[in-house]
Amino acid sequence: MSVDLSQFFQVFFEEAAEHLASMESLLLELDVSNPAMEDLNAIFRAAHSIKGGAGTFGFTDMIALTHELETLLDKLRNQEIHLTDTMLDVFLQAKDAISMQLAAHRGEGDADQEVIGDVCTRLKQLYMEVPPDTGRQSMASSSAARQDPEQEHDDYGFFDPLPESFPSSEGEDYGFFETIQPPRAIDEQEAYGFFISASSAEQQKHEVPDPGYGFFADDSHHHSSQDHGQGYGFFEPAAGLAKSPQVADGSEKVAAKHVQQRNTVKPGTSSNEQSSIRVSIEKVDQLINLVGELVITQAMLAQSAAYLDPSAYERIESGLNQLERNTRDIQESIMSVRMLPMSFVFSRFPRVVRDLAGKLSKQVELKTFGESTELDKALIERLADPMTHLIRNSLDHGIETPERRIAAGKSEQGTITLNAYHQGGNIVIEVEDDGGGLNRNKILAKARERGLAVNDNMSDEAVWMLIFEAGFSTAEAVTDVSGRGVGMDVVKRNIAEMGGRVELSSVEGYGTRTTIRLPLTLAILDGLSILVGGQIFILPLASIVESLQVTDEELKSVSGDGRLLRVRGEYLPMVMLHEVFSIENAITDPKLGIAVFLESGGKKTALLVDELLGQHQVVIKSLESNFRKVHGMSGATIMGDGTVALILDVAALSAETELLAQAA
Amino acid sequence: MANEPVNTASLSGGEFLTFTLGSEEYGIDILKVQEIRGYDAVTTIANTPKFIKGVINLRGIIVPIVDMRIKFNLGNVTYDPQTVVIILNLASRVVGVVVDGVSDVIALSADQVKAAPQFGATLDTKYIVGLGTINERMLILIDIEKLMNSSEMELVDRIAS
Repeated sequence: MSVDLSQFFQVFFEEAAEHLASMESLLLELDVSNPAMEDLNAIFRAAHSIKGGAGTFGFTDMIALTHELETLLDKLRNQEIHLTDTMLDVFLQAKDAISMQLAAHRGEGDADQEVIGDVCTRLKQLYMEVPPDTGRQSMASSSAARQDPEQEHDDYGFFDPLPESFPSSEGEDYGFFETIQPPRAIDEQEAYGFFISASSAEQQKHEVPDPGYGFFADDSHHHSSQDHGQGYGFFEPAAGLAKSPQVADGSEKVAAKHVQQRNTVKPGTSSNEQSSIRVSIEKVDQLINLVGELVITQAMLAQSAAYLDPSAYERIESGLNQLERNTRDIQESIMSVRMLPMSFVFSRFPRVVRDLAGKLSKQVELKTFGESTELDKALIERLADPMTHLIRNSLDHGIETPERRIAAGKSEQGTITLNAYHQGGNIVIEVEDDGGGLNRNKILAKARERGLAVNDNMSDEAVWMLIFEAGFSTAEAVTDVSGRGVGMDVVKRNIAEMGGRVELSSVEGYGTRTTIRLPLTLAILDGLSILVGGQIFILPLASIVESLQVTDEELKSVSGDGRLLRVRGEYLPMVMLHEVFSIENAITDPKLGIAVFLESGGKKTALLVDELLGQHQVVIKSLESNFRKVHGMSGATIMGDGTVALILDVAALSAETELLAQAA
Repeated sequence: MANEPVNTASLSGGEFLTFTLGSEEYGIDILKVQEIRGYDAVTTIANTPKFIKGVINLRGIIVPIVDMRIKFNLGNVTYDPQTVVIILNLASRVVGVVVDGVSDVIALSADQVKAAPQFGATLDTKYIVGLGTINERMLILIDIEKLMNSSEMELVDRIAS
């Protein structure tokens, strides 16, 4: 194999990460008292695939750890020992340690050898506590780990636990080897696609009689010439590269055996592995940009064709209609490529909850709904941190200890529910717990302590929003979980940055629900185009409440120039867009223009514009990429006629009224 | 000035796109030029200096347009079909500049480029990499990248503002 292995590193890293993720989710789903054999096998396969890959690329530290993991798992699935909670914990730790090693190999941070060593030892301890008939084999692998030069042959036994660990089924094993030869070769290619395997599969067939030792026998002379102090010397990168064919064959062979074993349990599990491809996000973004162009071009064509006589240019018109339909379809499908199901975020929380619940000695069940709800990838990634915060909060402050829960007449086990669904043009994500709820008086007291302007008549909603203030925490003691008061304000800010908002509802004694509302995507905006002094601007539709023509009675003034609108008993400050942007030739008399009511961050503002033009879906283009941030604008877009229209930043416009207030 | 590596590199000559602002002739590194196009309607941006004409749609990219004639008080500021916009592709951004007219591309050898003396001018000498001489013509060679990224063009976010 004269191929440069480094080009496969990335593939290995990604695969290993996937294996780790599936391993974790399987571990968390395992029923300790009665683990499903299928799941154990799947976990074993994941560990084994990582080991195989690591072997190919000479990541010896990963092999060592995954090997220990594998040994223990193997005993479990052979029902030589029984699964315990401790084991589950160690497995999860091992998974973390492998992730750490993986990160280190990627060049992101260093692996903490102490932690890894510790996990190795614990794994070993677990499988050492087993009946003597398998003792020799554990001895072998532990001595391999201890790197004892005298145990040279056991060193070679590095891969041999497999055949040895099923002494009773050995004959059977070989039997399969003979009989399902063709499917094995195929399976192996699917599972280890990046190995050049056509010939090696052939080779293996010949080596069958000596599966455990055969392929390492060639190695013995290399080995003896190497430093025995480094028991795994034959995997050393320098030598490893040169010998990678053998190493690869080795892992492949073991892998092949496993695939085969897997087949006896679950035939054809690997059949749908080809159903997805990896595409870099840049490529997708480029496609989205191009489709944006296409949409603009299409709109441009439609606009120019509007002047044509329909009867004379019937065919052009029908062609354009078709184009419009196709463009819209393409746009929708391309946008859907960027969409990922919520399960991408949700899937990480079972672990968070499990670890934290253990630490806080609380009993918590995590329920998730709507995992298939799709959201833009960019948003999904930014959602993980705020949601983790919320869940940690629920666990630490929300859910009570089992004793308190029983005292309160609730079931011992608390529940945290994650829910995601679409509502209008938004996606709604809820984090709900059935814990103690928020204490209104405590929050108010704390707020007073911090010198915030509060009073007893505040609505519940307003009180709950106080906990989003920076540095606000009602926890009596600061723990390493939470209580420092950083968190909720960060959550709120993160969500606001994504163009969303957070709401909170809580009933004391019954629980708390945090609701996050997010726009579906950042790339496209539903907008209303408006005209001011001949210039077109876009207002985000989501922030528009209503628009109306102002009458004399509604228009009030304060000290001569402060303009207020009184609509249905509410006083709204009025912003004259032409004043803010110094636009000439605009309508200055509020009665002749149109007032658009905008809502942003709970504040309402009336904006005076000349005319409303129409509703569009606009592709958001950044002003900053070639220019700089402009106050009052959140971006730009390209209209159907090819001109640029600016998208107004509603939050900044409402702040304008405050600036005016401060200046006055 | 001449000790700076950037300037020494430019002083060694190269190919320059020359354009005129009023009666003066300027040259910029040809490699920074993406294309030359006519002046289209721009979308003005509120609360920006006069010389920032606004932004245009350049095949889907939003590109700011700067009028050098207004910035340096040169030439007649009129917009007609002959008005030329040079689209510059700088390291981090694409910017269009309006000039009176584009002359040609001139190759200058190192000995045709002289260091610019210090003198007072609207265009700070730190943006001038040298003066090119072709017969009796004097070319003001400017470091367009530095100029466009400078705070006085107001094209970039002011630091800590």
